[in-house]
Amino acid sequence: MSATEAASQAAAPHEAGRDYFASLARWKVWEILFWATLAGCYFFPDIDRMLMSRVIIWGLFAMSLDVLLGYRGIPSLGHAVFFGVGAYVAGFLGKFGWTEPISGLFFAMFVAGALGLVMGKLVQRVTGVGLLMVTLGLNLIVFDFVLRSTELTGGDDGLQGIVIAPVLNYFRFDIWGRTAFWYAFVVAFVLFVVTRMLLKSPFGLALIGARENPRRMLTLGAPVEGDVSRAFMIAAALAGAAGALLTQTTQTAAPTYLSFQRSADVLVILIIGGAGRLYGGFIGAIVFILLQDYVSALSPVYWYFWIGLLLVIIVSFFRKGLLPSVEQLYDRLRSRKSAGPPG
Amino acid sequence: MAAILTVLFNGVAYGFLLFVMSVGLSVSLGMMNFVNLAQASFSMLGGYIFVTALQGYGIPFMLCLPIVFFAVAIVSVVLERLIFRYFYKTDDLTQVLLTIGLVFMSIAMATYVWGGTYQRFDMPAWIIGQKDVFGLTLETYRIFLVGFGAVMAVTLIFGLERTNLGAMVRACVDNRRVATACGLNTELIFAFTFAIGGGLAGLGGALSANLLGLDPNFPLRYLVYILIVVSIGGMGTITGTLVASLALGIADVMGKYYVPQFGSFIIYLLTVIVMLWRPHGLMGRGA
Repeated sequence: MSATEAASQAAAPHEAGRDYFASLARWKVWEILFWATLAGCYFFPDIDRMLMSRVIIWGLFAMSLDVLLGYRGIPSLGHAVFFGVGAYVAGFLGKFGWTEPISGLFFAMFVAGALGLVMGKLVQRVTGVGLLMVTLGLNLIVFDFVLRSTELTGGDDGLQGIVIAPVLNYFRFDIWGRTAFWYAFVVAFVLFVVTRMLLKSPFGLALIGARENPRRMLTLGAPVEGDVSRAFMIAAALAGAAGALLTQTTQTAAPTYLSFQRSADVLVILIIGGAGRLYGGFIGAIVFILLQDYVSALSPVYWYFWIGLLLVIIVSFFRKGLLPSVEQLYDRLRSRKSAGPPG
Repeated sequence: MAAILTVLFNGVAYGFLLFVMSVGLSVSLGMMNFVNLAQASFSMLGGYIFVTALQGYGIPFMLCLPIVFFAVAIVSVVLERLIFRYFYKTDDLTQVLLTIGLVFMSIAMATYVWGGTYQRFDMPAWIIGQKDVFGLTLETYRIFLVGFGAVMAVTLIFGLERTNLGAMVRACVDNRRVATACGLNTELIFAFTFAIGGGLAGLGGALSANLLGLDPNFPLRYLVYILIVVSIGGMGTITGTLVASLALGIADVMGKYYVPQFGSFIIYLLTVIVMLWRPHGLMGRGA
């Protein structure tokens, strides 16, 4: 029994683990197709590019909630706080002279992430209805604060006089949303890739494990509570990025960015698309925002009737959201085909 | 001194309103673990039925209240049998999403039927105006509210503690499986309590229409208050709900009167602190 043999034996499970994570992280064809199609939208002749950049931003926002809800199983009724904080930080930077967008985006992510870490530490032991109430309460507090500190935030009118310099000192934000589209797309894609890497790693697996059975994860020695605050931090930073993107592409920041309504909307988007899939947020955003644009053009007052009906139908019949239901259908069709007679 | 007492009294009146609106949610949470956000829509429905009966049909005020109670109770039990009962075994989030979907739909439907503006109506002459009680000048309507709320609270607490039906309800809240095993028809008991809870929510909406204003956004505006009351008081306890709603009513009215610049900030902050300190509510039992 040589030392190298023992070492290779010890290394064997490690190798297997690496293979497992490598196979998890491999990009599938439909994923590449999805991003290519999204980018290809730009070249559609009559497309509203401002609307498409809003879809991408909402998709990123919903994906950030997915890290918490889909992967760790933590429902948050106050996710708009991080979106709003990111938006206002980016807005303040632009208002007070720091007009460079990319560094502004990073700074907004940093502030939102720090807030997320604090909030995660606060709630890491709370579960169930208590958790819903604490996140909701914190959202209302921050919203109330922004609405009331009129000298600081402009109150109900929102932040005035935000200036954003051209991206990379070259691409100016125009009214057709050409820069807005590509800026939102590239940022969302890069953040998506990073999040995907994080979630397809042992950390992501530990989150899913704690979602399924926290007690067993504890006995395995996983830092379950610490993971909650880390997941909060990541989700908050991503939501902050989405908020900063919206502020930078539209040069506005308003209190509605962190209203409870927005927290509910993002939850609805994620549920429509399907939680725990990373793409659910984007699919949900495409459905929700395009539907909103279409229906509220017809009758703005009754928009919420349709979204409420959609929500009821989804939780009644597609309990897991659109994407998992489509996946199930696809799997069933494939298994039927393969089960059929050979040849 | 008199000013403080008057504000305190107004807070108590507001607290009793919150109690009547939220007691149904507390019981349904305690019994079936069902998070029914549509409770706020029941209140709104009660408000609109009340206004229609009072103003549109000229029905006397005291007769409007039982009409509202029974109408909303019937609506809520129909919804329970048609929709809610299929969701008792799902997780919190699914229930929240289902019922918030219903809230959204109810807002649009109320806009369709009654229009998007605040409802205007005239209260009967005997209930408006002010009265002198122990040297304090109080609004007659608030005196009525406090009396009505107190009678409701006492009836509910005694009904739950002293009657046969109350004992059955308590058994279901404590341990539904064992209650079923003992031969209680828990589904029927729950449907019945749900109807009472819904009816009370409607009654709360009717009584608040005059004080808080009634428009289609009513459910979203007061949903937060109802949730705060239930989560602070603890699920399934009527006493807890009563204490929480009185405390919240007083804190809210006093806060808005003495430190208006903070607005609702104080109650939100208190809620977060209480929930972090005791996640199951002040009087709730730990799971």
